[in-house]
Amino acid sequence: MPKRLALAAAVTLLALPFSVAAGAADGSAPTATKVAAEAKPYKVEGGKVDPGTYNGYRRYGESCMRCHGPDGAGSSYAPDLTDSLKHMDYDTFAETVINGRKNVNTANNNVMPSFGTTEDVANYLDDIYGYLKARSDGAIGRGRPQRIGD
Amino acid sequence: MKQRKKVLLSWTALVTASLLSSHPSLANDELSKASKDPKQWVMQAGDYANQRYSSLKQITTANVKELRPVWTFSTGVLRGHEGGPLVVGDVMYVHTPFPNVVYALDLNNAGRILWKYEPKQDPTVIPVMCCDTVNRGVAYGDGKIILNQADANVVALDAKTGKELWKVANGDPKKGETMTGAPVIVKDKVLVGISGGEFGVQGRMTAYNLKDGSVAWKAYSVGPDDQILVDPQKTTSLGKPIGANSSLSTWQGDQWKTGGGATWGWTSYDPQLNLIYYGSGNPSTWNPKQRPGDNKWSMTIFARDADTGMAKWVYQMTPHDEWDYDGVNEMILADIKVKGTPVKALVHFDRNGFAYTMNRETGELLVAEKYDPAVNWATHVDMKTGRPEVVAQYSTDKNGEDHNTKGVCPAALGSKDQQPASYSPDTGLFYVPTNHVCMDYEPFKVSYTAGQPYVGATLSMFPPKGENNLGNFIAWDASTGKIVWSNKETFSVWSGALTTAGGVAFYGTLEGYLKAVDMKTGKELYKFKTPSGIIGNVTTYEHGGKQYVAVLSGVGGWAGIGMAAGLGGDTDGLGAVGAYKQLANYTQLGGVLTVFALP
Ligand code: HEC
Repeated sequence: MPKRLALAAAVTLLALPFSVAAGAADGSAPTATKVAAEAKPYKVEGGKVDPGTYNGYRRYGESCMRCHGPDGAGSSYAPDLTDSLKHMDYDTFAETVINGRKNVNTANNNVMPSFGTTEDVANYLDDIYGYLKARSDGAIGRGRPQRIGD
Repeated sequence: MKQRKKVLLSWTALVTASLLSSHPSLANDELSKASKDPKQWVMQAGDYANQRYSSLKQITTANVKELRPVWTFSTGVLRGHEGGPLVVGDVMYVHTPFPNVVYALDLNNAGRILWKYEPKQDPTVIPVMCCDTVNRGVAYGDGKIILNQADANVVALDAKTGKELWKVANGDPKKGETMTGAPVIVKDKVLVGISGGEFGVQGRMTAYNLKDGSVAWKAYSVGPDDQILVDPQKTTSLGKPIGANSSLSTWQGDQWKTGGGATWGWTSYDPQLNLIYYGSGNPSTWNPKQRPGDNKWSMTIFARDADTGMAKWVYQMTPHDEWDYDGVNEMILADIKVKGTPVKALVHFDRNGFAYTMNRETGELLVAEKYDPAVNWATHVDMKTGRPEVVAQYSTDKNGEDHNTKGVCPAALGSKDQQPASYSPDTGLFYVPTNHVCMDYEPFKVSYTAGQPYVGATLSMFPPKGENNLGNFIAWDASTGKIVWSNKETFSVWSGALTTAGGVAFYGTLEGYLKAVDMKTGKELYKFKTPSGIIGNVTTYEHGGKQYVAVLSGVGGWAGIGMAAGLGGDTDGLGAVGAYKQLANYTQLGGVLTVFALP
């Protein structure tokens, strides 16, 4: 558990300065593609995934699937996250998941809950991101990914 | 014909009279009678027996092809629309998913809105509802409309004005307690269940006094005897007394306190026996390893005294659930012959893929057979012990945590979910909307936090090997336990069926078709594509001498979550099939009532 936490923190630290740096270097807003191009937040070998990505798959199933549908593919209720992550960077992703988002008006009753205090999500945010990013990049298909060493 | 009309007219008069009367038992004699008047549709399930059958017969197998939509009504909400409208006298009552608006529509005036009620609910309840914000409809009785709100408040409205008469909290959304099921009014009481099996609630059925919302009795699904309202000697299971601590002894320590057994399905009632019937849902968590024991009385059919709540008999269909096969589907009461002998039967199409025919007086098990040939997790039900014979290969408990158990049929959504079946006394057959989906299931360890999901399993779903259709609409013989005919459907059939004396059965599809089929053969006679996928239940009524058929469209619910983007599952065979399976390519969100009639 502490190890995972440390990992999560490390990835966050890596991701944050990087995007800030990218933004500062060329004066433009940082883009997700730049981040993704530099560091892939998942490892896929021969169609099999690293433990973090697998954990992300599982945490997704526990906390996100009932709204976003199987495999991050979207539902009649919530958006297709494999599509979202084509445009969304890690920071925006993390911000959305930690703080949630409400879109409630006469036409919509969309509530993305805030997971800031949900340990099962907050502690494994980078794993969930890694899994969804791998899905978004097409590095893994639908269904349960196999673990390296499975 | 003329004479019949007169009789019906006088019923309407009586119902109107009952609106004015405040004597509950008299009023609900009227409700009981109104439920037998085919011109009206006064309870979600059509009648107390939950048959969803109408003796109206203007629309027949010969003329149904002429059917056409005659008016429509947008509910203003774009979410999964389950349940259906009620018709009481000249008024139609239409409900919506969250925010749970209720409309009273004037049938004499092209559906003009007589009143609209919109509760104020905190939208933070939305995230604690499993699988979309559905609601399965309102109940009518004693001049009141009863609404189960998402935030677990039960509200009584004046049926004439929409004015709030009383409101009670039936649960706490902060603990994951919400409501999706429809209330049922029996005599002077309102029966209300609770949702939250994915959040570790302690499931229960509560009877409120219709007069003022005070609690008459409360019966938990799991826990000590005084909480589950059983008599160790008098309450039986398959004819034998259940004994003391029948639930507690099947849980480890305090686990029953977050043990689930939610009661989000349908409730039926037999006025002669004065018994109500309903089922309880999954034990929490979905990880079976974490909760050793039979986990009684989750996954159980309850027969309880309507006045006291005391259980007369219980029957657990899936002891120690390992697949999320909630037992909440409707209990259809029908007097049929089983193996040549007439019985007061209860027929139940369970999520676990078995259809049970029971003696509803004694709780004796008469028939238990698979109603989808794909079902593989158990070979059969032992008729002596009532226990399913589980196939080791598909036991997620035996295979254990962090092991992916593959190819289990049915999937967690069951061979059928809550979408209710119909029974026709004309054919003696049951008409059942079904799912034809299998899954891989991998349990893992979770800990309980109030208000957080308590699931502990990942799963992926796909059609049975070598097959393409995700649903069937079948005719079932409950006396022999055999399928009479079966129609393939591209997607799960997630709409409640209706049978009629005109020989026509109706149901909706996830693509959005309202379909009419010949009850004898299953032959499709008519279809019309409504604005959105149908997960609502089909209703019929008569107004101004004309028979109408009505249904809510609005894709969503579990079906919308699981199928919008198509089913995943194993990577093989995904390409073309996967795309073809994408419900999103057929229909989009909606919320529309469509009413049909002959020209
Ligand atoms: C209760 C349902 C629900 C749950 C559970 C849920 N979400 Fe959401 N999520 C939504 C809805 C609805 C939206 C769209 C909100 C809007 O319309 O602005 C959304 C939006 C998002 C977005 C933004 C997408 C975009 O394209 O803008 C991300 C990222 C996201 N969710 C990730 C997650 C993750 C990760 C989890 C699990 C930890 C999760 N969600 C769990 C309902 C949910």
